[in-house]
Order: sequence, then C-alpha cells, then structure tokens
Amino acid sequence: MNDTVRAQVHSAIASDGDGFTLHADDLHAIEHERDHYEQPQAACIEALKIVQRRHGWVPDGAIPAIANVLGIGAASVEGVATFYSLIFRQPVGRHVILVCDSSSCFLTDYEQLRDALTEHLGIGFGETTPDGRFTLLPVCCLGACDRGPAMMIGDDTYGPVMIDDVASLLEGYP
Amino acid sequence: MTASQRYRCQLHQSAAERSAETHPLTWRLREDSALIGLDEYLDKDGYAAVRQTLGSQSPQDVIATVKQANVRGRGGAGFSAGMKWSLTLQGGDLPRGYIVCNADEMEPGTFKDRLLLEQLPHLLIEGMILGGYANNSRFGYIFLRGEYIEAARAVTQALDEARAAGWLGADIAGSGFDFDIALHTGAGRYICGEETALISSLEGKRANPRAKPPFPGQSGAWGKPTVVNNVETLCNVPAVLRHGAEWYQGLSGGLSNDGGTKLYGVSGKVNRPGLWELPIGTSGRELIERAGGMRDGRALKTWLPGGGSTGFLLPEHLELALDFDTIGEQGSRMGTGLLTVVNEDQSMVSLARNLEEFFARESCGWCTPCRDGLPWTVKILRALERGEGEQGDIELLEELANDLGPGKTFCAHAPGAAMPLESALRYFRDEFERGVTHPRGAAHEDPIPVGEV
Repeated sequence: MNDTVRAQVHSAIASDGDGFTLHADDLHAIEHERDHYEQPQAACIEALKIVQRRHGWVPDGAIPAIANVLGIGAASVEGVATFYSLIFRQPVGRHVILVCDSSSCFLTDYEQLRDALTEHLGIGFGETTPDGRFTLLPVCCLGACDRGPAMMIGDDTYGPVMIDDVASLLEGYP
Repeated sequence: MTASQRYRCQLHQSAAERSAETHPLTWRLREDSALIGLDEYLDKDGYAAVRQTLGSQSPQDVIATVKQANVRGRGGAGFSAGMKWSLTLQGGDLPRGYIVCNADEMEPGTFKDRLLLEQLPHLLIEGMILGGYANNSRFGYIFLRGEYIEAARAVTQALDEARAAGWLGADIAGSGFDFDIALHTGAGRYICGEETALISSLEGKRANPRAKPPFPGQSGAWGKPTVVNNVETLCNVPAVLRHGAEWYQGLSGGLSNDGGTKLYGVSGKVNRPGLWELPIGTSGRELIERAGGMRDGRALKTWLPGGGSTGFLLPEHLELALDFDTIGEQGSRMGTGLLTVVNEDQSMVSLARNLEEFFARESCGWCTPCRDGLPWTVKILRALERGEGEQGDIELLEELANDLGPGKTFCAHAPGAAMPLESALRYFRDEFERGVTHPRGAAHEDPIPVGEV
C-alpha cells in the first residue's frame, strides 16, 4: 500500500459507521502531543484523553480517527483504550465518582461509604444514574490514606468523606 | 454546608522541627502547605546543587557520590540509586537516553510522593536535572498518575517556571548540558508503577511489563538507555550533591546502615494518621506514637510496613528499624515505608480478601499465574469469609501463594500479591481455618456463581 492509498483507507475508516470526525481543536492538540515523543504511538493515551474531555467518553469512531492521526493500527488504539481504567469506552455520567477501595480506606469505613453511595444513587459500580448525572466506579488507592474513606468526584478529591453527608456532597455536582 | 472535606496533603511536622541539615526533603515546606514557586525555591537554596555540580563534576563523579551516600530506591524496591545509574549505558556512539520519574503512586496505603509533587515540584525537577546529567539523558518524563490533579497543576507550573528561568532547555546554567522534562499523565492501572510496564505505558502501549534483561538502563524507552527512579529517590539527590555523601549517610544517626531520611507515614486505625520525614531506621513504635496511638483504645493486631504488597508484621516487630534490610529479614519488605495499622477487631480473612481483590483487578493479565491465580485466591477467600470454605482450601491458598512468588512471572505484581497472603496465613492461620466448614468436593447448597470474581 502506498501512502496515498493508505491515507484514503484511513479516511474511509474514520468516516465509517457513526460518521465520527475529530474536532479541529482535538486534532490540533493530538498532533501537538505527538511531537513530544520519539514515536507518535506514545501520544495514544493522551489522544484518547483529549477526545474523552470533549465527549465524556471515547466514541467508537474516535478509535480509527486517532489511529489515522498517529499512523498506527486501529486495533492498537482500541487495545490501549480498553486497558486503562480511566478511558471510558461507553458513555458515562456528567460526573464520574471514583471510590477508593484499597486497604487503608477498607479499614476506615469504605464499605459504609460504598453502601451509602449505591443506596443514594440507586446504582452499583460500573453503572450510570438514569438522569445521566453520575457514574460510580471503584479506583485503586487514591493516595489519601491519612484521610480515609476517600473518593473523587470529577477532578475533586474528598477525604475523609462523612457517610452521613454523602447526599449533600453530591448536591454540589448538578 | 457539608462536613466532608476536600483532601489536602500535609506534613505533620512544624517548621521549627525541620532544618536543611536534618530534613533534606521537607525543610522548605511551608506551614500553610502551599505550593513553593520558583522564587521561594531559589531563596531556599534552590537549584544550588545544579549550579554547583553541572560543569564542575563529571557524570561519573555524581554517580560515585550517590552510590557512596547509599540512596536506596524509595519506590519500595530499595535498590541503590547510584548502582542503578552506574549500570546505565553511556559514552561512545550510544544515543542519549531518558530519565523517567515514577510518580504513579498507587501502592495501597501510600501517600508520600503526592506531598513532594504538590508542594515542592522544583526539588523533583532539580533532582531530575542532576539524574539526567549523571545518566547522559537527553530528556526527562514525569510519569504522573491521572488522578493526581493538583500535582499535575503544580508540576506544570514548575516546569514552565524552570524553563523560563533557564533551568531547563539548552545549556543549563552555562554548563553546556541540554536537558528538558515533559509531564506525562496516566489513565489508571496500578501496574503502570512497575518499572518496565511504565516504559510500555510511556510508549503509548498497554502497560505490560517486559522481561529483564535487557534492563531499562541498557534498552528502555524506544530502545534507548532509560533510568526510572521514584519521586522521593530523585528528591534526595540535590541534598546529597550539595552536602556530600558522608553528611547524607550520617542523617540516619546510627539507626540504620542505609543513608538519609525517609518520608514515613501511618494510616489505618490510629488517632492521627499522617506523614513525617524522619531518619531512616526509625521504628514502627515511634511512628504509631507520632500518629497518636491506636484509635478508640483498641489493641494493635498487625501492620503492613510499606503498602499492600508487603508482608504483615506483628506487634512484636514494632521495635525493629524500618529499613530495607531489617524488615527484609522478617520475610516482609519495607516497601514505601508507610504503615497500614490494623486493630484487633479486623478479620484477617476479610482484609486478605480486600488486598487480593485489588491485585486480581490490577493484574495486567500478561502472565498466567497472576492472571488466573489471583482471581482464584479471591474466590477461595470469599468462600472462607462466608464460612463456606472446603477442607484443603488453606493448603490450596498456600500453594497459590507459592506459585505467585518470585521468578514465576515477568514482574513483581504477583509476588507482591503473594506476600500479604502468605504472611496472613502464617500469622493468623486459625482465622482462615474457621472459614473451613465443608468437606472437600461435596456440593454446596448455595454455590458461589462461576464468573463472579
């Protein structure tokens, strides 16, 4: 396959299916990241994060589109996308809650926090509330062990979380 | 208004307690825990080690000093940083490689690197410049876990400041040494903290570890010589070069053969969990005393000396010096040096189950003993926890712990998972035995569904 044919195949893949097209700003950001490393593939994780910041998750069509920009196979991008726990390959809520379930939080009432969250939200781990507001996920040790139990809502880390005011804490995230 | 708090990382030592002579890592930290910017860092002897070293000492001199100071890897493995650096290929026609800071802090019970990253990123940058100089690295990467949002802000600001002031870039401090650093943030997965998996992840691949040899110092990121050091390890380097190996060795004050101080911490069932910089070799008893003793007056049952991948120790081990060799002799590891304290009310079966669930989930799946063995241990532990264990389950767990041990997998993930399991079985076997209520092979009334783990 010469370069011209390859480019045509790539663009055919990128516009396939749901007709996903990378936003111009995202394309620019990914190309910028690509130049930070010795090989373009290294920007793969950052590219997925760039797309995720815009869409909340990584839509199917983004996989070949990113592969095209980086000049690598779509399977490589999908392999990376499905490996990392903070890359979401299905839609998530507006706010992702990451609950630390590692040993120190386990010793400081993680299970009560988990139960309070699942009861209040009416969902389990890996699920999203029907109104699309919250997704609940477990996460490895958040490095907030001195203030367990700990969790993140979006970019904000809380600890210690008081079990009794989980509801009022979530109020801050409409 | 809510009673829950935004998490803030703090050192539990007042400024009066800390000095440049005794606390190389934390003496610059402010009482208000605010980020120390470039101006304040420069006022507090910042980049003095770079100015003093680059151009006037050879890379080999730097390596010799770090080796002599016996700075051992603070990420948990305890390997001599100077020794590691001396094994990095350089010279002749070899291309200049990379220095990578492992800031992927995810070891259960560990919250120390966060402090240095959020409050003193220039110290890390200075350590990386010196490490880059010693290892002939062209470029540095700070591999930061994605969840450390505040640290990413602080490091980004510090890198911009350092570059603008000429501490990064071409011809640093007029020495002729060219070097720059980029921040690389991760996207989850504990395994990224493993040295070779981290390199795979940096290259934009799945974070599978690699066989050694070749060691990263021979062939690492993109096949070039690559040195990977923990945040705390690199933060020790400026003081070592500023004040000398002998001074650094003396910091441990005879408590240990290792040199320097350690960022120790305590979490779990104590009154005031926290973080302190103390001479390496400080005892577990002193740490728990600094943490205000046991919460609610409950007795200490057991403790992990340095994260989820270290072996449990007993109250009788509290007097031991917390250093790599002393704790290693007890069949455990010092690991990160942040204690997880467990009281008498805790079921060890449940705690072992929690730990093994973590390791099972975080296995990258590359090696069979780890990928298949860890979910198996979880399944057995869950059965024991519910009092539905079968005869032979404990022996099977012991066998699994053995099969997960060193040398059977590419990396230390499985051996790390085996250590708390093996030590829990050794010290608290009766608790596990109480979960065995069923004859071997007999049908269960309510079996645990296949595929639940």
